Amino acid sequence: MRVLLLALRRLAASLPTLLIVLIGLFLLLQLAPGDTVDALVAQIGGGDPRMIEELRRYYGLDVSVAVQLGRYVWRLLQLDLGFSAIYGKPVADVILERLPTTLLLMGSALSFAFAAGMALGVLAAQRVNRWPDTLISTLGLIFYATPSFWFGLMGIVIFAVNLGWLPAGGIEEIGAGYTGFRRFLDIAWHLLLPTLTLALIFLATYLRIMRASMLEVMNLEFVRTARAKGLSPGRVISAHVLRNALLPMVTLIGLQAGTMLGGSVVVESVFALPGLGRLAYESVVQRDLNTLLGIVFVSALLVIVVNFLVDLLYARLDPRIVG
Amino acid sequence: METVKRLARSPTAVVGLILLALVIGMALSAPVLFPKDPLGLAGRPLQWPLANARFWFGTDTTGRDIAAQIFHGARVSLLIGIVATLLAITIGIVIGAVAGYYGGIIDDVLMRVTEAFQTLPNFLLLLVLVAVFGSDIKTVTIAIGLVSWPAAARLTRAEFLTLRSREFVQACRTLGMRDAQIIFREILPNALPPVIVYASVIMAVAILLESALAFLNLSDPNVPSWGNLIGTGRSVLRTQWYVSAIPGVAILLTVLSVSLVGQGLNDALNPRLKRR
Repeated sequence: MRVLLLALRRLAASLPTLLIVLIGLFLLLQLAPGDTVDALVAQIGGGDPRMIEELRRYYGLDVSVAVQLGRYVWRLLQLDLGFSAIYGKPVADVILERLPTTLLLMGSALSFAFAAGMALGVLAAQRVNRWPDTLISTLGLIFYATPSFWFGLMGIVIFAVNLGWLPAGGIEEIGAGYTGFRRFLDIAWHLLLPTLTLALIFLATYLRIMRASMLEVMNLEFVRTARAKGLSPGRVISAHVLRNALLPMVTLIGLQAGTMLGGSVVVESVFALPGLGRLAYESVVQRDLNTLLGIVFVSALLVIVVNFLVDLLYARLDPRIVG
Repeated sequence: METVKRLARSPTAVVGLILLALVIGMALSAPVLFPKDPLGLAGRPLQWPLANARFWFGTDTTGRDIAAQIFHGARVSLLIGIVATLLAITIGIVIGAVAGYYGGIIDDVLMRVTEAFQTLPNFLLLLVLVAVFGSDIKTVTIAIGLVSWPAAARLTRAEFLTLRSREFVQACRTLGMRDAQIIFREILPNALPPVIVYASVIMAVAILLESALAFLNLSDPNVPSWGNLIGTGRSVLRTQWYVSAIPGVAILLTVLSVSLVGQGLNDALNPRLKRR
């Protein structure tokens, strides 16, 4: 219960941040050339000044900037993200359609990066400064320096074009009509390469942090005690070192939630996945600023939620935080 | 001097410096080796690397010389990386220094703004900035700088928090120095080393951000950027994969060199880690 309270207090502390984000986005929108009405009028091929005036009043664009800001924040607090002129429906609907794909991609990439980074980090730390450590650390550096979209493209060339093992894009076989478990397998099959692509950069960071954190914890006195009482090296790692060494890794999840969302823009574009990231890209190309800002707002919310969950997890791993 | 010596002894830093020298060499020699416009028509399109002695790396879909684009692209990547990093570091230092030095409500407000920037995924924010302000090369560079400063601000602030109550700062106050003088002339030089090390991370990310933006066709199409070339190669990926592959290697090596130099600098400036 106290854990929840603590996390909720942290959540409340992020409200001013969210407000700043909202105001900042609104002011940015003011700087953009043209407004919703201009976009609409352009789309229907021009209109007479009286109708434009009418439309401005309808969309509430005839009042002062301060009043508009107030209304805008009020609307967003009610989760009303406005209307997308391009898609012809509320932005919230457009985003909700695309959200599951992105969450799936982010979730699987995060799990893979976390698990693989942890395993490799432990391996490197146990053989510190010998060849497995050097190899793993070098691989980590190379992964970090690889542009994810390029890795994705090369993956397509090798695994989809030359070997024909994996699909080159899309979320599922269109028109195959799979249901139930078969459909799940099909989607997993399609998400394999995108997940690896997105996980790659984060894998590098996780493995570096895990290695450093393991080295730090392994020098602490309680570990020496565990060794002294005769535990096997494997047991010392799994029962004593790992849980403590995981703390910085958990922090990293929260810090990287935003970066991962940004990365999914590129990965979804490479693999033609119908997710939030691809929607962001499309709305830039189509100058659909309402949708773009809606995505940014939802992303900020998502980052805050992830951080809330991280706080909960952190308190579970380290009871001292609550005490 | 001591730092330089330690840097020269670290294998990571040496490999990084050699790679970086290579990339800088490419950037400097580009106008001499490839005096013609790298985006101009050079020959028959889609010639494989080494198939024609004139084009080491072949030609792309519109018959432009890939090697020329790689060499000129080094200029673009380095320039964007350096300018965006300088901008991000400057913003970060000013905000972090003011927040850390004054504390109180100023600190609160500035840190909330920093958090707001950290809550927004920086690539998405970059997309918004490009959508609003357009995508010529100057705008893109400034936009990358604008989304990259928060970590630098946090680092500077943390340093200032520990330094501001030291005796030398109190001595400066007693001498009647102005705040600006104390912040920038007295405290800042002491707070700078970790920020300079972090600059390498910012630069690596800045280069990656620009290449991703260019790959999506949202950067300046009129400069020979590596990301642009990868985007061009996408349409012929199935058969002429080298068009996308070659510039990717260039990005990888450049980002790797910057990270390696940064890591070497970190080890050299942090003697504590050395002893481990």
